[in-house]
Amino acid sequence: MSQGNMNLTLKVWRQKNTQTAGKFVTYKAEGISPDMSFLEMLDVVNESLIKKQEDPIHFDHDSREGICGMCSLYINGRPHGPKRAITTCQLHMRSFSDGETITIEPWRSAAFPIVKDLATDRSAFDRIQQAGGFISVNTGGVPDANSTLIPKVIADEAFNSATCIGCGACVAACKNASAMLFTSAKITQLGLLPQGQPERWSRVQAMVNQMDEEGFGNCTNTGACEAVCPKEITLMNISRMNNDFFSAELFREEHTHDGGGNG
Amino acid sequence: MSLNANIPQGPLAEKWSKHKFNLKLVNPANKRKYNVIVVGTGLAGASAAASLAELGYNVTAFCFQDSPRRAHSIAAQGGINAAKNYQNDGDSVYRLFYDTIKGGDYRAREANVHRLAEVSVNIIDQCVAQGVPFAREYGGLLDNRSFGGSQVSRTFYARGQTGQQLLLGAYSALNRQINLGKVKVYTRHEMLDVVMVDGHAKGIVTRNLITGDIDTHAGHAVLLCTGGYGNVFYLSTNAIGSNVTAAWRAHKRGAYFANPCYTQIHPTCIPVTGDHQSKLTLMSESLRNDGRVWAPKTVETAEKLRKKEITAAQVKEEDRDYFLERKYPSFGNLVPRDVASRNAKEMSDEGRGVGTSGLAVYLDFADAISRMGEDTVRAKYGNLFDMYYQITDENPYKQPMRIYPAVHYTMGGLWVDYNLSTNVKGLYALGECNFSDHGANRLGASALMQGLSDGYFVIPYTLGDYLATIGPKPVDKNHPAFAQTKQDVIDNVNKMLALKGTKTVVEYHRELGHIMWEYCGMARTEEGLTKAKAMIKELKADFWKNALVVGENEEFNLSLERAGRVADFIELGELMVTDALMRRESCGGHFRLESQTEEGEALRDDEHYAFVAAWEFKGENQEEELHKEELVFENVKLTQRSYK
Amino acid sequence: MSEFKQTFNSSLGKKLIMALTGLFLCTFLIVHVGGNLLLFKCDDGFAFNSYANFLTHFPPIEVIAYVLYFFIVLHSVYALVLTIKNRRARPVGYAVQTKSPTSWSSKNMGLLGSILLLFIVIHMGDFWFTYKYKETLGFKEYRTNLATNVTTVSDYKPEVATFERSISTENNVEIVRVKDLHSRIQWSFSHLWYVVFYVIAMVAVSFHLLHGFQSAFKTLGWVHKKYDGIVSFIGTWLFAVIIPLLFAAMPIYYYYLTLVK
Repeated sequence: MSQGNMNLTLKVWRQKNTQTAGKFVTYKAEGISPDMSFLEMLDVVNESLIKKQEDPIHFDHDSREGICGMCSLYINGRPHGPKRAITTCQLHMRSFSDGETITIEPWRSAAFPIVKDLATDRSAFDRIQQAGGFISVNTGGVPDANSTLIPKVIADEAFNSATCIGCGACVAACKNASAMLFTSAKITQLGLLPQGQPERWSRVQAMVNQMDEEGFGNCTNTGACEAVCPKEITLMNISRMNNDFFSAELFREEHTHDGGGNG
Repeated sequence: MSLNANIPQGPLAEKWSKHKFNLKLVNPANKRKYNVIVVGTGLAGASAAASLAELGYNVTAFCFQDSPRRAHSIAAQGGINAAKNYQNDGDSVYRLFYDTIKGGDYRAREANVHRLAEVSVNIIDQCVAQGVPFAREYGGLLDNRSFGGSQVSRTFYARGQTGQQLLLGAYSALNRQINLGKVKVYTRHEMLDVVMVDGHAKGIVTRNLITGDIDTHAGHAVLLCTGGYGNVFYLSTNAIGSNVTAAWRAHKRGAYFANPCYTQIHPTCIPVTGDHQSKLTLMSESLRNDGRVWAPKTVETAEKLRKKEITAAQVKEEDRDYFLERKYPSFGNLVPRDVASRNAKEMSDEGRGVGTSGLAVYLDFADAISRMGEDTVRAKYGNLFDMYYQITDENPYKQPMRIYPAVHYTMGGLWVDYNLSTNVKGLYALGECNFSDHGANRLGASALMQGLSDGYFVIPYTLGDYLATIGPKPVDKNHPAFAQTKQDVIDNVNKMLALKGTKTVVEYHRELGHIMWEYCGMARTEEGLTKAKAMIKELKADFWKNALVVGENEEFNLSLERAGRVADFIELGELMVTDALMRRESCGGHFRLESQTEEGEALRDDEHYAFVAAWEFKGENQEEELHKEELVFENVKLTQRSYK
Repeated sequence: MSEFKQTFNSSLGKKLIMALTGLFLCTFLIVHVGGNLLLFKCDDGFAFNSYANFLTHFPPIEVIAYVLYFFIVLHSVYALVLTIKNRRARPVGYAVQTKSPTSWSSKNMGLLGSILLLFIVIHMGDFWFTYKYKETLGFKEYRTNLATNVTTVSDYKPEVATFERSISTENNVEIVRVKDLHSRIQWSFSHLWYVVFYVIAMVAVSFHLLHGFQSAFKTLGWVHKKYDGIVSFIGTWLFAVIIPLLFAAMPIYYYYLTLVK
């Protein structure tokens, strides 16, 4: 089914499962419309593969509107492709030119094992959140929402950090595969808000410890992460996390290495 | 057979309080002896799993995504309603109740809706306590906006990402319980069946989407929080993975499916560009607060626009038809979603649609920009404009947006009683997965409210009543029903893997979508629906003959996953058509051309159709049986909607 | 103590060590360049040799010097540990990498640091070690007529092998006898390859500090809109431009002197 006039060559990483070694396989994507999203272009390729009774290219995707954080392709040497502040699903084929060769790789990180082809296991992110990315309040019995005044600038700043979609582009882009932008975004969000103060110090310790356990690299303040973040989360978050961590470790009496989650 | 919704007696405003008192409690020491299965981790699922775990139950939660945080609740943009009356503008629990009942075109249960309005205020408190960064005013108080044509400002929001922030709040509560060992989450697991033991739901069968392992999980109760079925239309604003499978398999095990034909079509979506399109993107309807909807007055002008001989800006003022403002002078561009959608479709049907496909009308900000200045417009809608620009490559500051309606939400779902229990004991349905609170049409900013209401504030009470009744005796996984259901699932998977025809399952899905959109979409007729029903039957037969599924079970297999979902959508599609045929009236999201007022408004038939249609599965390729739950309105007077 | 160990074993703890030691080394550079400006004084090394002598014989400075050496080692060891850990975090690399908008120096701190470490070893071996432990270095005697303030210089042969320095006054003439590091410097900087090596090392200092100084503040979390500009200004102009330029000017100046002689 031809719908457009672009013809492309794709070099795609194929890997059967975590245990098997992978390799690049070249495919032709023909009759591609510039109005297609990148994932729709892959859909077209996959449909043709299925028709040939071949295994389609597996990649993670869901909402396709840049918010679920599931899509995660490393396109031509950059997470989520060449454009700023969008996810792969929001990338359109008009950003490429006819005849171009596109290399598609999975996120590369020891902490994100490849599940199949371009899909990786990002459960390390969940475990970091589980270690302390929450405010310990049970359902019910909380004060009225307007009983705590929060300055607009603080609420806005917390929101900016809270927009992280957990896609992992920061890890993918970082030369050290560090997860600090991701981890610090949640720490910053909750650390800025008055509701987050009671657990502020134990939270940062617990989350940083978990992040270390997962085998991510360290931050060298290079800023590759913020350059590719689809939600434009800034390095400022990492600095805030550092500050809170040192404060908790070196100066706070209530700190504990057992971590947060004292429900 | 008439259905008992277990609605408590007494005055409307006291029903929930009284009911809570009458519900049995589980001894705190016994709670840890119960295991509850929660399927889906969106707003309803995550909030239910976390809240139940906080009470002391052991919870096992499942999602098909790679993380609970990715459930499609995350995509909701606009906001969440709550009857806080923080703005002192006359809001109240009763007004929210009334607006919701009226918005639902009098096809929802009074008691449920009132409860929803009551707990709405608690939801906001809860979310703020969790650290959800709602928008605030300079004084530090929460900000509200008016939404979806509401006369009061009761919508709380977090820029255009309210769903995301609320879901991440619920996800954080869930994480806390995972950390405490009270919840175990299985990601990348898809529920494929319910295990029934002596008429009670006692477990589920899942497939591990990575390894293909098919496993059984036992629980004292099963909560389905699996969202809506909008993807039956192939194109919708739902996520690609959103599906009806869990609910449908439960339906086939005995749970009634209620009001399947009630579908909400959202008017402000970005139009389709071609067959390759995999999903539609919604833009918040807040755009209609300042944008003006129009189509060219004549087919000729529209023709020129479609061929790009002229641009929208070149169409003179007198050649434009601001059809919503013309037809509905008092509400103008802010008429409810279904009215706006249907009118846009009419324009296209008359040949006055724009864009290359002709399936679009304009949403014009030129006036707003000249009135408020581009910067103000940017501050208000910048992210939406950027998104539009990104997708269409057209600059909405310079030329009007093109919009077209798209399937957005499904009001129908598994039938549940006041306790959110399906007619199958031990099987519950929460959030969009159930049918309960929105009637025939949902108000803007109410989906988030309902999901969280069910999960945080309803199920923790009502589930206890059932659990206390059955007692904490462990569920016996050796019961033959577990092995049998697992075998059924394996057989079904093998049946699909054996399909080696010529058409991919995506092609079937697309075909189904075309049928549904054409005949069971914004406007439906007896003739069209009858035709559609035959077409779907044919499609189903063809699917099981000519579909092509590749690969094997023991691997990550997108082809197999999709096949199962499409097979279920086809069956659901048929039921939706059946339901739409049965309901010979127009109400809310269900518009029968045969039933309209002289003004072209949806004309209800309260005498014959003031009931919930709950369908019972009677076996493969059998007609489903209709059960009616009569709707009793003791507090509101049924009126004909008018937005003139 | 185990609490501290845990702190400094964490990823952020290691960063903290890098930042603190790095900033200390930055501060040292200011002192070092300040003192070494005496090399530009045309007094046959009187001021410089006196200064070198002061540095090596004033106990507090000697203590700080050993702290400094320790920090250099610590900074290098932690850099190595972090680099190994960072490499392990991405065992399989990408086939394609596009140019990232991030700065070159931030991505090559390891390379720059290695050059600097090599430089420091040679530099210290050449001057510090020679000064302290080798007897090849001669002595100079500076005689200053306190009335006219005219200084004359001559070589000095110590009478005892353990001689370090002496200051005395005879007939209104101040006699200062010190080890002559200045001549050693003159000799070293008369070799072109040596001068080139120094200049390259100073380029490395420039790029290393261009990122390093500001990065240390980010690591410490001392980031604030109001002060970021100042930190960035100091990091760029003082540490990446002025200091490396001054340092690089020294060998070039001395090489120039040998050419014109």
